[in-house]
Order: sequence, then structure tokens, then C-alpha cells
Amino acid sequence: MEFLVSGNADHTPHSGWLLLHAAAVFAFLYLPIAVLILYSFNGQGVGGFPPHHLTFDWYRILFNDGPIWDSVLNSLQVAFAAMAISLMLGIPAALALDRAQFPGKALFRRLVLLPLILPGIITGLSLSMLFHVISLRLSLMTIILGHGTALISVATTEVFAGLQKLDRAQEEASLDLGANYWQTFWRVTMPNLKLSIIGAALLIFTLSMDEIAVSFFLIGRDNTLPLEIWGRLRRGITPEINAVSTIIFVFSLVTIVVWYRLRMRAEGTADTRGPN
Amino acid sequence: MFSRAYKTVVTLPPLLWVTVFLLLPYLLMFCYSFWSVSPQQVIVHSWNLENYKDLLRKAVYWQTLLRSMWIAARVMLFSLLLGYPLAYFLSFYGGKRKDLLYQMVIIPLWVSYLVRAYAWKTILGSDGVLNTLLQYVHLTKHPLDFLLYSPFAVVLTLTHIYTPFTILPIYAALEHIPRNLVEASHDLGATPAQTFWKVIFPLSIPGVVAGATFAFVLSLGDFLAPLLLGGPSGIMISNIVVSLFGAAYNWPLGAAISLGMLVIVVSLLFLSERLEKKWSFS
Repeated sequence: MEFLVSGNADHTPHSGWLLLHAAAVFAFLYLPIAVLILYSFNGQGVGGFPPHHLTFDWYRILFNDGPIWDSVLNSLQVAFAAMAISLMLGIPAALALDRAQFPGKALFRRLVLLPLILPGIITGLSLSMLFHVISLRLSLMTIILGHGTALISVATTEVFAGLQKLDRAQEEASLDLGANYWQTFWRVTMPNLKLSIIGAALLIFTLSMDEIAVSFFLIGRDNTLPLEIWGRLRRGITPEINAVSTIIFVFSLVTIVVWYRLRMRAEGTADTRGPN
Repeated sequence: MFSRAYKTVVTLPPLLWVTVFLLLPYLLMFCYSFWSVSPQQVIVHSWNLENYKDLLRKAVYWQTLLRSMWIAARVMLFSLLLGYPLAYFLSFYGGKRKDLLYQMVIIPLWVSYLVRAYAWKTILGSDGVLNTLLQYVHLTKHPLDFLLYSPFAVVLTLTHIYTPFTILPIYAALEHIPRNLVEASHDLGATPAQTFWKVIFPLSIPGVVAGATFAFVLSLGDFLAPLLLGGPSGIMISNIVVSLFGAAYNWPLGAAISLGMLVIVVSLLFLSERLEKKWSFS
């Protein structure tokens, strides 16, 4: 484990303990994930040590499981639609917070960001009351509205952070040179915010795919994947759930690695253009 | 430099949306909390304080609320105890591996919250991984039954889920500390412990407060981990709300409890904002 502390001259007697602690915390964080993946191959069910009869059966069962794949499709629909809603409202919200003054701005800022930290049950319940009062039947549509609304907070924070790094002179120059606001927005502001927006989109997408507390109160007849899994957990558990979770984990991991590489490359080119 | 029209165009749509889908629902929840349910299971729009009186009168509500706050407080404490030294290690001893280690903190967040809670259930159950392992190595003869369906299981699972949420803001705060402050402290003869407690720790308090708030507030409102792993003794306040909106069919009382939670959460957010401002330097 020496490699972890190499390249650092600042050794103290405490670094050994810190390293041990760090290793223990990482073990704690990864233990359930390791168990989850390992037991997706366990012929004997979700528990029992040591694992017996390693098999791909659960994956085979999973691929023939219609309701699971229906729920995956539902979740994908919800995630894409929620992403569209929260970006379409979150980008202007960030611009408004950055450059407009209006009465109630402080309240607006707090309200937009609240779902980020508010337990999902409150967002979900209050929306379900609204839909009840206006007699909107619960369906995937209501979940989309719920996710879209709650995740405006993510789009706004990410884009607002991007705006703080934006070179204002570029926008000014564009306006001075005769471009109108619309052209300036699309040709100067948006390209500069590209990384923040893609980052926000990915985050919104994964958060929506995983969301359960808000969906719990807005679900109609069609399940999203987390709610489908939730329903099965209550009926008795098989490693099929480990299998589907493993697939999604691997899929998200690949997505992050690709995104991380892309961002590093983009930031790398930005750096080389700098003063050095 | 931006025209009035530009500002209106970017402000109005999100403002309207937020009013309809966030502000209005909260107000509706507020109204519901003063209504009642008739014996025929119809919601009566007669304004009264009965729901709030119920909350104070019936021990089950405020006891469950206190228990939830106690669970949330333990989750907060354990997340900080696990998270702070790790964040400190990353920031000061991460070396070349800093970025990789940082990503390793984030990766568990990409496994669904529900799935991680489920994984703990398969570990802690009476024929789960841990109990069968203990019997396999002959440490115990019978399964330990306090592991699952107990407040312990809920605290453990929520700590697992919220530890990364505490690490991230603490790490960010530590990264913002100018290293020459630390060097100056060493050069002026402070011991490593003095440097930590007098220089580094005070400057990292905003991160600690942010992380603590996250862990406390999000675990306070959780209802899935208690349903999955808590058993009867691990019931939390949100579980009562869920049952009031489901089988028990008493939306007004449920709304009153949710509103109480909302008030607690919003006051904590104000408090933590104050604390962060007070301790942030520059």
C-alpha cells in the first residue's frame, strides 16, 4: 500500500493510521457491492457462506423476464423526459440567478434548490396532492413531472457553476459586434457551458434512473425499474435482483469512465491554451 | 448588458414552473394539514387544529419523531467519523492517486440506493452472508438475530449510503485550504496536532457542516431503509406518513407530520447556512 503515499514528502507518524482508516472505509463502502456482484452468480440464492454452484442461471432468467425489461424501458423514458424538462428550465433558471434582478429572487433560489436536500417523501407527497386536486391520473407522466421538477435543482447548480467560470468578455464582444441575444446565447453562451450541461444531463439521468422516494407517491400502473425491484423485494428475493443491479452498475461505471476521459481531454486542451 | 426582454425570457418560465410544481404543492400540503377526514373517509375542508393537537397528544407520533432524529443523529456522527479522516487522507496524502481515490468515493453512489440497502439485507439476514460466515468459521453456533430488522441495521445502511455525501464537501473544504498556511504553522513550531486543531480543522468546518446536514436531513426523511431492514423497532417518522397516505387513509394528519418535517429540515438548512458563513474564511 506504500504506493498510495509515495510522491509525498510530508510523512507524519499519523499517515499510517490514516491509510489504515481509509482502507477500512473503502472496504465498508465496497463490501455490499462486492457481495451483490458475487451472489449474482450464486446458484444457492442470495445468502449463505461460502457461495456455492457458481452459475449464469440468474442472468438467463433475467434476460427472459418481461416485466423487468418493461420497467427498464419505462425508467429510460422517464429519465430522458425528466432530463429534457430539468435542462430546459434549469438553464434559464441559472441564467436568471446569474444576471437578472427580480422581486422574490432569494425565495426563488431557495425553492429551486430545495429538492436537492429535501427528503423525497415531501416532494413526492406534495406533488401527489397537487395531482389529486387537479384530478390528474397517476402515470409515468406524473413521475416525469416529479423528476423533472425535483432535478431542476441539479441542472441549475451545475450550469450556475459553469456560468461563474465563463469569460464574460466573450458575450460582451458578441453583443457589441452586432449579434442579437439569441445568436449570442446559441453561439457563445451555450458552447461555453457545454461541459456543465453534459455533466448535468448525465447526473440527472442517473439520479432519475435510481429515484424511488418521489416515484413511490406518483406511480400509476407502469413501474419504473426501482419500483419493480421494490415490489419484488417485498415478495421474496432471488439473485435475479443481484444480476440486474450488476448489469446496471457495470453500465454506469462504463458511462462514468467515458465521461471522465472526455472531460479530462476537454480540460486538458483548455489548459494547454492557457498562459503556460 | 442584458436587456429587459432577455431577463424576462430566462426568468419567467422557471419561475412559473417552480410556482406551480413546488410552491403550490407545499401550500396545498399546508392547507391539508388543517383539514380532517370524516367517518365516511371523505376529506372535509373544515379548518381546525385537530391534526396538530393529535401530534402532541399521541405519544406514538412524537416518540417516533424523536427516534428518527436519534437514528439520523447517529448516522450523521458515524458518517463524519468515517468520512473526515478519509477526506483528510485524500487531501493531504493522496499524492498522485488523488483523482483516482476521489472517483472511488463517488463510484458507490452509482449503485442504486435501493440496491445497496437490499445488499445489506442479504448480508445481515439470519441466513445471510455474515451469519453463515460466522457459523462457517465457528465463531457462533446460532444466527445473531439483532443484525437485521433492528435500528442497528437502519443506522448501518444509512451510514453506508451517506458517508460519501459527507466525504465530498469535507474534501472540497480541505482542498481549499492554502497549503502555505499549513507550512507556516509547521515553521512557527506548531506540532502536527496543533496544526490540525488550530489551522486545518477550523478551516474545514464549512465542509463538515454541509456534510453533516446532508446526512442528518436525508436520513431523517428516509422510509425505505426502515421498511426493508428496520423491523417494528426501526420504524421512522416517514413510515407513519406513508401508512397515513396509504392504508390508514388520513391525508390531513399525514400532511401535518410532513409539514412538521419540512419545518425541521428548513430550519436546519438555515442553521447550517449560518454556521458555514460564520466559519468560512475570506
